Formats: sequence, C-alpha cells, structure tokens
Amino acid sequence: MSEHKLTQLKALEAESIHIIREVVAEFRNPVMLYSVGKDSSVLVHLARKAFYPAPLPFPLLHVDTGFKFKEMYDFRDAFCEEIGANLIVRKNEDAIAKGMNPKEFGVARCCGALKTQGLLDALEEGGYDAAFGGARRDEEKSRAKERVFSMRDEFGQWDPKNQRPELWSIYNGRIHDGESVRVFPISNWTEMDIWSYIREENIPIVPLYFAKERPMIERGELLIPYYEENQDQYLEGEEPTMVMSRFRTLGCSPCTGAVRSDATNMDEIVIEAAAARRSERETRIIDHGSNSMEDKKKEGYF
Amino acid sequence: MTKANFDLVKEIELLRLVTVGSVDDGKSTLIGRLLIDTKGAFEDQLMAVRKQKGATTVSSAADIDLAMLTDGLAAEREQGITIDVAYRYFATPKRKFIMADCPGHEQYTRNMVTGSSTANAAIILIDARNGVMPQTKRHTHILGLLGIPHLIVAVNKMDLVDYDQATFENIREEMDEYCAKQGIKDLICTPMSALTGDMVTIRGDKMDWYEGDTLLATLESLSVLDDLDEKPFRMPVQLVNRPQTADLPDYRGFMGTIASGTIKVGDAVTVVPSGLSSTVKEIVTFDGNLEEAFAPQSITLTLNDNIDISRGDMLVHTGEPTTGEKSLTANVCWIGDEPLERRKKYIIKHTTRQVKALVDDVVFKREIHTLEKEDADSLAMNEIGQIRFKLQQPLNCDSYADNRMTGSFIIIDSFTNNTVGAGMIV
Repeated sequence: MSEHKLTQLKALEAESIHIIREVVAEFRNPVMLYSVGKDSSVLVHLARKAFYPAPLPFPLLHVDTGFKFKEMYDFRDAFCEEIGANLIVRKNEDAIAKGMNPKEFGVARCCGALKTQGLLDALEEGGYDAAFGGARRDEEKSRAKERVFSMRDEFGQWDPKNQRPELWSIYNGRIHDGESVRVFPISNWTEMDIWSYIREENIPIVPLYFAKERPMIERGELLIPYYEENQDQYLEGEEPTMVMSRFRTLGCSPCTGAVRSDATNMDEIVIEAAAARRSERETRIIDHGSNSMEDKKKEGYF
Repeated sequence: MTKANFDLVKEIELLRLVTVGSVDDGKSTLIGRLLIDTKGAFEDQLMAVRKQKGATTVSSAADIDLAMLTDGLAAEREQGITIDVAYRYFATPKRKFIMADCPGHEQYTRNMVTGSSTANAAIILIDARNGVMPQTKRHTHILGLLGIPHLIVAVNKMDLVDYDQATFENIREEMDEYCAKQGIKDLICTPMSALTGDMVTIRGDKMDWYEGDTLLATLESLSVLDDLDEKPFRMPVQLVNRPQTADLPDYRGFMGTIASGTIKVGDAVTVVPSGLSSTVKEIVTFDGNLEEAFAPQSITLTLNDNIDISRGDMLVHTGEPTTGEKSLTANVCWIGDEPLERRKKYIIKHTTRQVKALVDDVVFKREIHTLEKEDADSLAMNEIGQIRFKLQQPLNCDSYADNRMTGSFIIIDSFTNNTVGAGMIV
C-alpha cells in the first residue's frame, strides 16, 4: 500500500470524525446518545479523536431502562469518569413507577415506553437539536436505508419515504425550529469493522463481550442471562445452567441473548466475528416480528 | 481467519460501489447473488426472506425472495418497488465493498444521485431482452457528470436470450456510443445471468465467447488508487479548536478533513478568501502529532502566526490558490419538487461554507437521449443542465473535474431547508 493511502478502517475513521465535527459546527445543542455498548464505545472514542486536545464539546446521554446489566452500569460510570465525560442519565420514571417490564406488558410496549418514550422525553427536556447515535446500516434492513443526517419532525418521528438527499460529504444541517436530526457517524461500519477497530485501538468495552462461564436460561435457540433480581422475568420452569458464552450486542438483560463462545480476548472475538454466519441482532428479542425496527424507528426509537 | 491474517485484513482496501438500473432489470437478484456468494448476508437474514416458509436451508439465490432482503421499508415491500437507497456491505479477501443499491424509478432519481455521489465505481444493469432504456441513459449521464471513475455495464438475464453474443454486442455498441458522446472512457461491459450466477461470481460455460473477467473479479481488480495526494493541498476549515483549559489557555487549532493534497510541518499556507499566510507549526491528532498528513485524513493544524481563520475558510499551500469569484457556472442535477427558475434565490453549501445564490442564467438544459443542449429558463425535477449563479460572497473552489471535494456543492431551498440540487463546478 502506498505511503499516502489509508487503510479501510482509517478511511472510515476519517469519515466519522468529519461527520461529528460538522454537527458540532452547525448545531446549537448536540448530544451523544450513549448506550454503553461496543458501538457507543467506538463512537465516543471517535468523538474524543475529533476534538483532541479539547474535551468532548457535548454531553453523553444514557437513556436507562433500569434493566441494563449490572456490568454495564459499573463500566459506564468508571469509563465516563476516566475520560471526563459529562454523563446525563435519564429514565422514563412514570413508566418505571407503573412497573413496566417486558414479561407482563410485552417487549414492544416495554421498549416503546422505556426506550423510545424515554429517549424522546430526554431529548425534549434537554432541548437538543442533534443527537448522535451509534446505529450501523449493516445491522438491520430498515437501518440500511437511513441517511447519516436523519431528519426528525417536531414529534421526533422519522419519515422514511421522504428522506433528504445526501450528496458527497456535504451534509445539510438546516432545520426549522422544533425539528431535530439524528446523526449516525458510524453508518458505514460493519460489525467486523467495529471489532477490528476496538482491537486495534484498545478501546475499553464492557467485560460481558468476552466469553466466560455464565448462568443462562436456554429458551429455544436463545441464551438468556440469568440474574436473581430478574427472576420474575423468566418463564415457568426455566432454570439457569452454566454456559461458556459472551454477548455480541448489549441491551436490556431480560431481552438480550448471549451466544455460545470461547472467545476470551479481542483477537479471538475478531476471528469469531469474521466467521459469524448469523447477524448480531438475532440475539435481540426486540427485533423479532415483522417490520418491527422500522415501526419503532418511525416513532422515534433509536 | 487466523491470527496471521490480522495484518492482511488491515490492508484491505475500500471500494464504494453503486448499482443502478431500470425497474425489473434483476438488480435485486444480482445484489442477492453477490451477498450470498461472498457471504455478505447472514443466515438468519436469508431465512427470514426464504420463499418457502418451511425450508430449513437457503443455499442459492433461487431459494429466497431477494427483493425482500434489500427492500428494507414497509412501503417498498408493499408496492414491490425500491424507493430509497439501501447500503449493503460485503467483503472478499481482497476488498471491502460499500454498495449503494439505488432505486430504478425516475421519480426516485434524487435517491439515485444520493447513492452515487460518493462512489468509486458503478454497475449499470441492463435487461438483455429490453436493451438500453431511457432510464439507463439518464443514470449513465448522471454517473458521468458525477465523475464516477469506473462504469461497468452489466448486461443481465443473458439466460433469457440464449446467451446470444450478438444481443450483447448490440447493447455494448449502443452504450459505447452514448458514453463516448459525453467523454466517458473505459466503459466495461459484461454479459451475465444473476439468476444462474454465470459471469457474476463464476465464469460458467455458457459465455465462452466473452473474454473479460467475471463481475466480482472486475470489482476486485478495479484501481482504487486516486491521485488525490498529488493535487494541490485543500483543507476547508470545519471548526476552530480552542480548549481554553488550564493546560492549553491560548491553543488555537484548525480542524478539518483534507480534501486533497498533502501537508507537512513547516509548509507555508494561505487562508482563502482572506489571503493571510503563515506556516504549519503542528499537525495534531489524538494518536500523536504527525510530520505529514494527506487526503482524506481528518486532522487539526496549528500555525506559527496568530491569524484570523474561521469555519468556511479554506487552507491552501501558499502559491496554489483556488478561484474565488462572486459567480460560478456548474452542471446541476435538479432534485427538488419545485423547479429551479431564473432569478430564484437559493443557499449553496460548498465544503464548510454557505452562501446565498441567485440563478443568473440557465445556460442550457441537457436532452437526456441525444445529449443535445436545449434553451431553457428552468429545470424541473430530475432534469440536468448548466446554471450560472450570482453569489452574495465569493466562493473559493476548483472545477469538479479537478477536485470532487472542492468542486461540488449542494443547493438548499431556504424556505423548506430541503436539498434541491447537486452542483458540479465547470
């Protein structure tokens, strides 16, 4: 490779940094959505690179459901403190007070209340006109259709049939009062790119991504992590067994499956990702059902 | 993959690819074929779109409803058409491909322009039975205007014309002639059947008369080398970094993505439009300072003199200026619902700068079939023409032929805020 040639990961990195800087230049009050997962870790890392040696010029917003893994909360707090990020945590307190949970109310309703509504409320409360997200186009077919700058109306809704044209790397950040934009700087990264980049850059990630013997509920093809405090979320007769496993994606503990794996370090994870024949979203219960991601996205889901 | 492969994977190059064509030319089948054969689609994604719900395996493109795999929106599946660009990712041991799958309907040409603007290569699909369609010409003309370095004409459904060489040659001649008229060189024409896979990923034995490579082999061997680093240095300033922390009270860094050229510590630079000059003190990145940087890296520069620079300015090497006029002429692909009209005002966003612009003249409108220039006062949606703008402030730019980054701009309707045009400076 010639002296003046970027590797594909470095080319993706340069593109992402360009996007992040454009948003900070053109929007009044941006925020970065931070879900504590691997994609968020990469996104925050890119943002730190974009503004070095200055600190991050926007806060990180974690829309918490209260159902995240304990390891995620521990990691989140330690990581944000270490990098000096301004972390904002918001929950849909009304729904939590009413006892919202996936088992009784259904996954769709629970996600709608705790994640979508929680996010919309938090964005409105903060008055943010731009929200960075770590969604990737390779994750799911409706995400494959989304622009880097994705417009949202006053109600936070997405209109997929009428997206703004997006040409070259010239992003149109002009919006009317009340409208906002979701920005996806790592749109063009694949799962393989994410893992390779984490490995190369030594980016810290939640330990749940590494394989370990863990107590799991085996439900059909899904491996659901067992936590004593989640006991009432499991079905009749479900008992935990110890399984060597890890997580390819992280969401809420009652609704995120693990995969059987022996990958205990980054090299092994990258090798496993290269050989994967099934998509990472398969371990997310929320995606199962026709059309589900698109419907949720239209309503404002991240 | 083994550990020994890590360095190889690191060296993999990126090719941005766009696929265009008319309706029903088999584009979904071709994309499905590429995704399945390069393992770019996951098993659970394929199982979700299999034709027979009871089937437990999916091994060939014929087993699945390929359009369901790529048409990600409910409205698309409902109407059986592609509305918007879908981005797909696949890799071979040699390359990673980002493929923008574009809609065929004329109504959605703007989405086709969106998907094409960043591409290094384009696949133009043609149904061998139908030959060159009006939409084929429109797309080819747009791809030519956008300066896509490599155009590949994929003559598909050869199985339905008995792999007839004469059919293929007729289409090739027509496309060669059309492209020659607008100065597009190096057109590659490949016959294929996306359904059977012949000449897509495997040679097959039906088209021995064709001497070229399979489509995938062509995609793997296209040159992705650009001469971006040999062009004059251009860095539009995105932001000024002023941390104002205890450690860095007076730090001023100029942040941007290098559009072209290279920059070294000590180089003399000039700010346009102001004309102020200084020399490069540091090239700052999170991973440490660099001695040299090149396009398309995103960097931060500090200078040895405290001069006035803000967003929208551009840094160039002293002695390598851009043009900087209060008017510009550009080829425009109009994608707005409301037509472009003489005397109307718009906003032009060029690199990191926005200026008000007035349509001074529609120099001509391009007739899409004959490529003749026509007199016009307006451009309707999906029409292409040459426009002269008057600008409120001068813009520092290059011609699109010289520089895709500093020669391009978008046109924004200041009332709706929508992006309504794509401009390529002549």
